[in-house]
Amino acid sequence: MSTLLKIRDIRLEGRSDEQWNPIINGVDLTLQKGEVLGLIGESGAGKSTLGLAAMGFTRDGVRISSGTVEFDGIDLVKASAAVKRGLLGKRIAYVAQSAAASFNPAHRIIDQQVEGPVQHGTMKRPEAEETGMELYRKLRLPDPDNIGFRYPHQVSGGQLQRAMTAMAMSCRPDLIIFDEPTTALDVTTQIEVLASIREIVDEYDTAAIYITHDLAVVAQMADQIKVLLKGDEVETADTRTMLAAPTQEYTKSLWAVRSFERPAKPSVIGGAVPVVSVRNVDASYGTVPVLHDVSFDIHEGRTVAVVGESGSGKSTTARCITGLLPPKAGEIAFDGQVLPADYRKRDKGQLRQAQMIYQMADTALNPRMSIGNIIARPVQFYTGLTGKELRARVDSLLDQIELEPSQYFNRLPSELSGGQKQRIGIARALAAEPKFIICDEVTSALDQLVAEGILRLLAKLQDELKLSYMFITHDLATVRAISDEVVVMKDGRVVEQGEKQAMFTPPHHAYTDLLLSSVPEMDPDWLTNLLQERGVDNIGDAAVDKM
Amino acid sequence: MANVLSIIVQRLLLGLLTLLVVSIVIFLAVNALPGDFAEAILGQGATPESIATIRRDLGLDQPMVVRYFDWLSKMLRGDLGVSFAQLNFRTNLGGAGDVGVAEQIAPRLANTMFLAATTAIIAVPIAVTLGVLAALYRNTIFDRAANVATLSSISSPEFFMAYLMTLFLAFIFPIFPSLSNISADLTFFERLEKTMLPAITLTLVVTAHMMRMTRAAIINLLASPYIEMARLKGMSPMRVIVKHALPNALAPIINVIALNLAYLITGVVVVEVVFVYPGIGNLFVDAVKNRDIPIVQACCLIFAAAYILLNLTADILSILSNPRLRHPK
Repeated sequence: MSTLLKIRDIRLEGRSDEQWNPIINGVDLTLQKGEVLGLIGESGAGKSTLGLAAMGFTRDGVRISSGTVEFDGIDLVKASAAVKRGLLGKRIAYVAQSAAASFNPAHRIIDQQVEGPVQHGTMKRPEAEETGMELYRKLRLPDPDNIGFRYPHQVSGGQLQRAMTAMAMSCRPDLIIFDEPTTALDVTTQIEVLASIREIVDEYDTAAIYITHDLAVVAQMADQIKVLLKGDEVETADTRTMLAAPTQEYTKSLWAVRSFERPAKPSVIGGAVPVVSVRNVDASYGTVPVLHDVSFDIHEGRTVAVVGESGSGKSTTARCITGLLPPKAGEIAFDGQVLPADYRKRDKGQLRQAQMIYQMADTALNPRMSIGNIIARPVQFYTGLTGKELRARVDSLLDQIELEPSQYFNRLPSELSGGQKQRIGIARALAAEPKFIICDEVTSALDQLVAEGILRLLAKLQDELKLSYMFITHDLATVRAISDEVVVMKDGRVVEQGEKQAMFTPPHHAYTDLLLSSVPEMDPDWLTNLLQERGVDNIGDAAVDKM
Repeated sequence: MANVLSIIVQRLLLGLLTLLVVSIVIFLAVNALPGDFAEAILGQGATPESIATIRRDLGLDQPMVVRYFDWLSKMLRGDLGVSFAQLNFRTNLGGAGDVGVAEQIAPRLANTMFLAATTAIIAVPIAVTLGVLAALYRNTIFDRAANVATLSSISSPEFFMAYLMTLFLAFIFPIFPSLSNISADLTFFERLEKTMLPAITLTLVVTAHMMRMTRAAIINLLASPYIEMARLKGMSPMRVIVKHALPNALAPIINVIALNLAYLITGVVVVEVVFVYPGIGNLFVDAVKNRDIPIVQACCLIFAAAYILLNLTADILSILSNPRLRHPK
C-alpha cells in the first residue's frame, strides 16, 4: 500500500473575540490508499476542522498556522488556490452532515451530480449523467434513472444523503471526507446509508476519513480509529484493538457512557388515576392528518418514552397535550379531569401542571436575558413571589440543577455550554412546580458524556419531586437508560406500548423489532451480520419505505 | 403548477382590491386640496353666482359619495373624463371638439414608459453585474469603490445630478442634446438620443439601491452549506457566485428592481422638468397647479396601478424563482 495523505503537526486557529485561539494543536494523520480512518470525539474536539484541513480547506475565520498536509506528494497548505480547485471534487471529495442543506435548492440533483466531472473536464455531460445513474443504482436509490431529475426538496433525507455520496463519487476520487453523514438520520435510514457507503467505498477502493461522534457507527465503517479531545489526539489504533482495549482514560470513559441504565420502577397498581391521560387523540395540520387514535397514560413518578422516527407524530402528540395544537378528536386529561383542548382556555393552575424542555437549548433560551431572569420569569408568573423570596426560589432551583447560583445568576445563555443551557431549560420547567414535564429530544443535541449527566439529573429530580416525564426520543439507548414504559409510534399511530422490560424482550411488534435491531452496536461485525440476517437486497427500502 | 396558479390569481385579486382602496384615498385626498377649479379659473372677478354655475356644470355641487361612484363607474368603463381645462376652452371658444383625459395622458404616459424602459435597460444589468462583482471581490478596493460611487450618486439631489450630466455630456462633451423636447414625429433613434441624458441621470439615481441589494443578498448566502459544498467541489469563485448563490438570491433582488422601476414611472418629475421631457410627471404637476381634478385623479390612479402591477410582477417572479413552489413534492 502507498501513502495517500500525510498530515504532520497540523495546527489550526479560529478567530473569536479579536484574537486567534487554537482549535487543533499539532495532530499527525496518515492514510493509505483505500483505507478508512474513523475520526471521533465530542463536539468542539475539532473533528470537522481537521477533516476540512485534510482537503486544504478552512472555513471563514479559521486558519492553518503551521504544519503540512501532503496529498499524493502535493502540500495542500502551500498549494495555490487554483491547484487546490483542481484537486477538490476531482481527487478529494466531501460528504456533509446535512444533505438537505448542502444540496443547492435551486438546481436538480443530476445537475449538481455532473457539475464536478463536467467542470473538471473529466467527462462530457451525457457520460457524467450515465455515471451518476450508475452510482444511484449502486447506492440503491429507488428509480435511479429518474431520481436525479428531481429537486433536492422532492427527495427524502436518507436518499439525499446517498445522492450526496454519489455526487462525491462522481469523479472517482482517491479520498472522501465523510463529515457525520448519518447523524441527522433515523436509525432505520442510517443503516441503509451506512451499508451503501461502505459498499461503494470498498468497491471503488476509495480512501476515506469518516468523522462522527457515534462510536458504534465508526466501528462499522473504519479500519482504524483516531480519538480527538479539544484539538489534541488522544490515541490511534486499528478498530478492533481500539474497541477491545483502549489505552487512554478518556477513550475508556467514552466507551463507558452507554452503561447508564436506571432500573424500571414497579408496575402501576391497577385503578390508579394517571397524571396525564391521552385518549383517542386525532390531530391534523390543516387538512393533513398527522395523529390517528393515539392513547396512552402516564402515571405519577414514572417516565414514558415515546419513540419513533422523524415524522411519526411524537412532537405533535406533545403539542396536543400542552394545548398548542387542539386535537380534532379525543381528549387530554390531567389527574382524571379533562382539560380544554386549547391552551388559551386553560387557567394558570392547569397550565403550570405541564411544562416542556426543548431539544435545542440554544434557541429555547432568550439570548438577551440573564439566567436569573429566565428562571425568575415563570416563578413570578406562576407563584407570584417577588423580591427576596423570588431570588431565594431561583437560587434553590439553580441548586437543584447543580449550578452554583452566585456564579450563574447574572450570566447570559451564550456564556454557557450546551449541557449547562439544557440544565437551565430544566430549571425553567421546574419553576412552575409542575407534576409533569415533556422532554422533547432533550439529549439529542448533546455529547454522550454531557447527555448522561442530564439523564442522571432528570432521574434524580424525578425521585425527589415525584415528577412524571414524557420522554420524546428517537434514541433507543436513551429509552433503555431512563424509561419505565415505552410507546412506539409510526406514521401518527401507536404501534406498540408496554413496560420497558417487555418491550426490550422478544417477541416484538415487527416495527419495534426493526427499530431495535437498527441501533448500531459496538461490535465491528454488527452491520455485516445484520445485513446478512436481513438479506442484502432489502436492507431498508423493503422494510421501511421512506418515500 | 396548480399551486402556483392559485397563488397568482390570489395576488391579482388582492392587487385589484388594493387599487380600489387606493382610488378612495386618491379621491379623498384630491378633494382635500385647498381651493377649487371654479375659483381658480374665474380669478378676481368671481361672483358667488358664476362660481355656483360652473360648479353645477362640472357636477362639483353633488355630495362626495355620489361623485366618487360616478367617477369610479366611468373609470371602469374606460372613460377617464374630460379635463376641466379643455372643457373651459371648448365652452369659451365654441367647441373645438372634446379632448378627453385619456387622449391627454396617453402620449405623456408613453413618453414616461419610454424613459423608464430605456433607464431600466441600462441600469438593471449594470446594477446586478456590479452587485455580483462586488460580492465576488467583497472587501476589496473594487467593492469599496463601487459602493462609494453608487452611494454618492444616490445621495446627491436629482436636479444636481441632472445639471452635472448636462454640463459634461451636453456642453463640455456635446454628445447628447440638453433638451429632451421629443414629439410624436421623431424616429426611434432620434427619440432615443434625446432621452439619453435623463435616462443616464436616472440610472445614477437608481443603480445604488439595486446593486447594494444584489451584493447583500448574495453575501447573505455565502455561509450556507451548499455554497461551502460548491467550493469543496473545486468550483471557481465566479461559478460559485453566479451558479450557486445568485439563483437563490433572486427573490430580494427582483423585489428591489420592481420598486425602482415603479419609481422610474411615478417619481421622476424633477428630472422631467430639468430636461423639459414631456412625461406624465410634468402633466401631473401642471394639473395640480390648475386644480384640474380629472387629470390629477387619473394620474394618481395610473401611478398606483403601476406600483401595484410592478410589485405584483415581482411577487410572482419571486414565487417562480423558488423551486419548492414550482415543483411541489
